[in-house]
Amino acid sequence: MPAKIIQTNDKPFAAVAVDSITLDIVENALRNARAEMDAVLFRTAMSPGIREQHDAFPMIANQEGKMIVGQFGSFIYGFIEGYEGTIEEGDIFLTNDPYSCNGAVSHLNDWLTMMPIYHEGQIVSWAAMFGHMTDIGGKVPGSLPTDAAQIFEEGLQIPPVKIFRKGELNQELHALLLRNCRMPHWNRADFDAIVAALRLAERRVHEIIARFGVDGYIAAMGDMLDRNRRAMSAIIQMVIPEKKQSFEDYIDDDGVGMGPYRIACTMWREGDKAIFDFSGTDPQSVSSINFLLNEEMFKMFFGAFLINLFDPQILFNDGFYELVDVRIPEGCILKPRRPAALSCRTHLLGRIFDIMGAVLGQGAPDALNAAGFSDSPHLMYSGYTDSGEWYQLFQIGFGGIPGRPVGDGPDGHSLWPAFTNVPNEFLESYFPLRIVEYASIADSGGPGLHRGGNGVRTVYEFLADGEISIHDDRWLTYPWGVNSGQPGGRSSKRLVRPDGSGEWLPSKCDRIKVKTGDLLYYDTWGGGGWGDPLARPSDLVALDCRRGLITRDGARRYGVVLRDNLSVDTAATDALRGRMAAERPAVAPLFNRGGSIDELRARCLAETHLEPPRPPTFAKWMGKAAA
Amino acid sequence: MPTTPRATYRLGVDVGGTFTDLLLIDQGSGQTYSAKVPSTPADSSVGVLNGIAKLCDRHGIDPTGITHVMHGTTVATNTVLEGKGARVGLVTTHGYRQVLQIARSYVPGGLGGWVIYNKKPLLAPLELTVEADERIDARGRVVRPLDEPALRASLSALKDSGIEAMTVSLINAYANGDHERQVRAIIEDVLPGVSVSISSEVIPEMYEYERTETTVVNSYVRPVVSRYVKNLQTEIDRKMPGARLQVLRSDGGLAAVDAARDNPVQLLMSGPAGGVTGALWIARQSGFKNLLTFDMGGTSTDVALIENGIAQTRRETRVADVTVLAPSIDVRTVGAGGGSIAYVPDLTKALRVGPQSAGADPGPAAYCKGGERPTVTDANIVLGYLPFSARLGGDMVIDRDLAVRAVKTVADALGRSVEEAAEGIIDIVNENMFGALRLVSIEQGHDPRDFALVGFGGAGPLHANALGRLTGAWPVIIPPGPGVLCAYGDATTRLRDEASRTFIRRFPEISDAEVLAVLDELKATAERALLAEGVAPDSLTVAYQLDVRYQGQGMRLSIDVNRAAFEREGLAGVARRFDDVHAQLYTFALEAEHELVSLRAIVQGPETLIRAERMETDGANPVAAEIDRSRIFVDGAWHEARLFDRSRLRPGNLVPGPAVISQMDTTTLILPGHTGEVDTVGNILIRPNS
Repeated sequence: MPAKIIQTNDKPFAAVAVDSITLDIVENALRNARAEMDAVLFRTAMSPGIREQHDAFPMIANQEGKMIVGQFGSFIYGFIEGYEGTIEEGDIFLTNDPYSCNGAVSHLNDWLTMMPIYHEGQIVSWAAMFGHMTDIGGKVPGSLPTDAAQIFEEGLQIPPVKIFRKGELNQELHALLLRNCRMPHWNRADFDAIVAALRLAERRVHEIIARFGVDGYIAAMGDMLDRNRRAMSAIIQMVIPEKKQSFEDYIDDDGVGMGPYRIACTMWREGDKAIFDFSGTDPQSVSSINFLLNEEMFKMFFGAFLINLFDPQILFNDGFYELVDVRIPEGCILKPRRPAALSCRTHLLGRIFDIMGAVLGQGAPDALNAAGFSDSPHLMYSGYTDSGEWYQLFQIGFGGIPGRPVGDGPDGHSLWPAFTNVPNEFLESYFPLRIVEYASIADSGGPGLHRGGNGVRTVYEFLADGEISIHDDRWLTYPWGVNSGQPGGRSSKRLVRPDGSGEWLPSKCDRIKVKTGDLLYYDTWGGGGWGDPLARPSDLVALDCRRGLITRDGARRYGVVLRDNLSVDTAATDALRGRMAAERPAVAPLFNRGGSIDELRARCLAETHLEPPRPPTFAKWMGKAAA
Repeated sequence: MPTTPRATYRLGVDVGGTFTDLLLIDQGSGQTYSAKVPSTPADSSVGVLNGIAKLCDRHGIDPTGITHVMHGTTVATNTVLEGKGARVGLVTTHGYRQVLQIARSYVPGGLGGWVIYNKKPLLAPLELTVEADERIDARGRVVRPLDEPALRASLSALKDSGIEAMTVSLINAYANGDHERQVRAIIEDVLPGVSVSISSEVIPEMYEYERTETTVVNSYVRPVVSRYVKNLQTEIDRKMPGARLQVLRSDGGLAAVDAARDNPVQLLMSGPAGGVTGALWIARQSGFKNLLTFDMGGTSTDVALIENGIAQTRRETRVADVTVLAPSIDVRTVGAGGGSIAYVPDLTKALRVGPQSAGADPGPAAYCKGGERPTVTDANIVLGYLPFSARLGGDMVIDRDLAVRAVKTVADALGRSVEEAAEGIIDIVNENMFGALRLVSIEQGHDPRDFALVGFGGAGPLHANALGRLTGAWPVIIPPGPGVLCAYGDATTRLRDEASRTFIRRFPEISDAEVLAVLDELKATAERALLAEGVAPDSLTVAYQLDVRYQGQGMRLSIDVNRAAFEREGLAGVARRFDDVHAQLYTFALEAEHELVSLRAIVQGPETLIRAERMETDGANPVAAEIDRSRIFVDGAWHEARLFDRSRLRPGNLVPGPAVISQMDTTTLILPGHTGEVDTVGNILIRPNS
């Protein structure tokens, strides 16, 4: 039964015509309001994850819950359908339970707040915001256990609840939530900041209504949705072929020794509708890498991608939703059944973008990007200082943006919007550690006409005994290159003790004990290369080498021979490029994955110092989604 | 002749892209003399000296009576915008060579923005960056001493690379600059003649990327600025012995010559700062201290907020995509100006205005220089706001038919009339500028209705009345000479310097006495340059600020601290004030521990007491200034409007809207339902008819 919406005024909104200029003004005003929501949140939040890294996302929706401005699509409608209670003026709802909101948030760390905005007793909009809480309890610090078998191990689950009832904070509930978190003062401040952002959206909406009238405001939002639908319809017809295009990619392992897991996607168009079908994707995992993918959210990813390619000025909203049909088989790793663990979904969430780029780009290789930094690797470091104070770090790492049609991929940058790294001086002043090295890894970007961006090496020196957790991927499969571009370098993690002994750590692990003086070499991966590396101007290759972005040996992967002073040896380069061109196949495959899964497995131990993962096994009851 | 043997003058000079404006103020009588001469971009000092000569000749003034030359300059800004700075080398701590390459890992744009993002080349390229083997920890303790021989070897390899300026930025140098000073000494030895900027002196604040970038930008503009300032000083010494040259900083204070040459990163917003300080001065003459400034030019619009006579400043300065940690007046810029181009994308059929601009060439369609795309100026012409009989600072001809033809392309795409489309263009561009005004007011917790709006710049007075309507900021003030406002600002502002230090401690970890000791030390540093300028110690005023946050937050709020009050209330009082400000800005305060982030002392020289000349009032009827009648299109209909000549308007005149007021460097629009009042200093104050 859907929620009961309490309104003291049920007068239908008058259908008024909005002239296109007023429409543009309302659109600008809402865009500004969204930017202001971000500004308030980032300034007042406390956890480095939100404050510095900006792992939080605002939205303003229309009276029906359709997103007008934002970037992760709307979930209000699903919430209203699923919530069994009343919705009243002054209420703010909170949930972190992916299974209660059909994946609007996809792990328990993301706290989602939603607030109806009333005007004269009537809902005229919704404001919403979700942010990643550093800790929400559960079995490990950071609440992202790599080996969880059920969601119960991942922290406190909050089904949709009224955290504010008619403007009053539900203090007891709030206290219960904070009691279950390891860093309650961060959750408290982050939560206050999120609520402040919602209230700011409310004020802005009221101001817009004061200027244009409520009917004009409602009608303008409707028109904005229509405008977006028209624009997206044109783009879809232009770029999505009727012929089916398929692509598969992988998550390397599940944190409990099995992998890789396959994600398959087929895309085609029927009339004006784009269809994405994930049949062939592996069943859900017994561990926590499952990603409950909200269909609406996938539409949003798709829309964002297209808009950035074709007209970044288009306001990105829900208007085009019915033009996209997303089919995800029940019980697969993208639609697991409760109580499957979900905390480590970040790898799959990132990988979706590589897959989407690949299916979209197959029809138009000139617009195809190589595989990018499709992940948010995490490091957690926690323990007690000598004075007995608890410290807990959650940090997101960055890597190589892929080579793209527009140029080289930036080194050590973020694929996620708004994200930034945490300054090392900040880390050193607040946590018992020292960052000994922070640099991009030479040769880790895939060679190409446009070079893939390099991954990042961060060398942590720990200054207190504690525990670390690591979340990463692409240690086995390569970030693929395209159009003759080569794959980027893979990730690795190595712990070196003060006596020089060391161990290679798995890509996903928890509760690794570290001692004062230990060094952690935390290497992320590079972006794939785009286009033929033999065609990259040799001067540019030499310059990259002088800049330390590739090595002299690495230059040979471009067929470029450098002298001792790092200038180009033209004759030797011509000869090497000629030989390399002659030895390779006449027609290069569109994608270069650096080998088949079997080949990668066979070379795994020698290359990565880690045993290859066992092929995943699935229980009979798990949905066998394979076609 | 106004000159007497004892007359002394202050000279304000603003070098813009096209014109150099000069304003000479008689320090005794307050009488002013202004001149406008063409700028000389190859060497701006030539234009400045031409202007001084012109001004003195015309008014029979003895140049040796000029005691101070106060100068706002865009030399540093343009060096960055045009990418014409020095070849810069960089020394980092071992392991941090790529600090600028990785930056903050930030990619602009929304989801998928990386698809189209290309990174700009670094201002200190990696091939000119070397690492020093050394280490200092977050509390400033040496973990590993500097390996001098190794550094000498690395630097020697850069000898023939053509480096013009070196930068040193080592990890945690904000807490201890010893190693940076050692590195500087070695550079001066190995690469003699190359200027060296070190981060612990340029900006001793935490965050390695921002501090490094700031210091690199300082190096990047330093040779150009230094050369320019030196030439100017030499010429001034020759022609006006004893006159002191002072340069306007981004934060609206004046810097002594040496400070300007060593820390030119402080000058990046010198130009806009002149406009804001000028607007402040002229509005104060009419009794207004709470102001929104609105400076609209050809390609962009700068806005700022002044509360109780003090311009809001912020800790960083932005020029295009370069952001540095240097205090600046909080001027927000939007890409909206008279030259902004209107268009209708095929996909959405939405009307968009800017940020692309027709610039000076080809310029708006109506300027007959080959422009075909409709601009904001063309829309103003179509609507009659900019009378096409008016001439623009010279002999430029306006062709209304060309404006109509250009606007029609947009009108057709929208299915509207030309006038409706033109009004739409104006509404959209006004909305964009309104957005910027909100950023400096509403977003900072200020209600724009508590402020007056000062409109200047070439296009500001045309749009200011409409912006008054959107913001509710009344009156709208149009200064008498919107074009020479920057020079006014230069001539009337004060010497200023500041010293700051990052000093991260939770409140319980420090005593009030420790805080006072650091503040005194910062004060001594900050006043050094002013005392060297010959300012009497007892005429200095000192303001202190503590940057505070809740422990764990990333931002900081600057809390003004009065020394006497601090001695009484200490950090407890600061904590209380912080909670209040936090609640005002963000709607909530927390019961969390407070943390000191940094301390700052701001020292200012004496305030100039220059007053504008007052004129006698001359009755309400402006008919003597009326030159013509015309039609303007407002709110969907044509209205009969009166045209006035600004130079003939007298104090006391009331100009009823709709009206258009022309003067050499701008045009003022008064909308129907509003009246402009000319006050005794020549400002036009526009208010809605109640």
